[in-house]
Amino acid sequence: MANLLYTIAGIIAFSALLLPLLRMIKGPTPADRAVALDVMTIISISLIALIAAMAGRAIYLDVALVYALISFLGVIAVARYIERGL
Amino acid sequence: MLAGSILTLIGSLFLLLGALGILRMPDVYNRMQAGTKATTLGSILFLTGIGIGYCGCVWKVTILILFILFTNPLSSHALARAAHHMKIALTNRTVIDRLREDEATEEDKC
Repeated sequence: MANLLYTIAGIIAFSALLLPLLRMIKGPTPADRAVALDVMTIISISLIALIAAMAGRAIYLDVALVYALISFLGVIAVARYIERGL
Repeated sequence: MLAGSILTLIGSLFLLLGALGILRMPDVYNRMQAGTKATTLGSILFLTGIGIGYCGCVWKVTILILFILFTNPLSSHALARAAHHMKIALTNRTVIDRLREDEATEEDKC
């Protein structure tokens, strides 16, 4: 029962990953694309944690941690680039 | 285990709502608001459910939740400031824009 609910949650989160992709394709300004990228990274962090839990390997959570760090730095860099150039 | 899975399911619904807000909102700032708040709550619920359901990874999940809780508003704030600095147009149903008023008064002082 619990595993079925975890699987359903994973499917819903994966379908939530596809909606910002549309916004990223058709977004009119670069800020739209950066926001969509931010949301996609947070959803994929959750999915990586779910995969780590279902595979039973706690070491995969380090991947999610490093991915969160790198995506935060990337969004800050994009925001600075939009604001005043490199 | 069942409580953790139910929390994860609620969190995934919040993630879906945030993604839908990214697609449906009329403006960069509205999209940012929907995407950041709903996604932060959704990912916190999702990761809490995982930490409850599967023991053995509680500390790393706690660190991940704290990291998302600290960095997500920060990056959203930087992006909103950058978008406002880039003079991206607000939607025409906007009521008030305090940052533009502040910038106008600063220019008057100088």
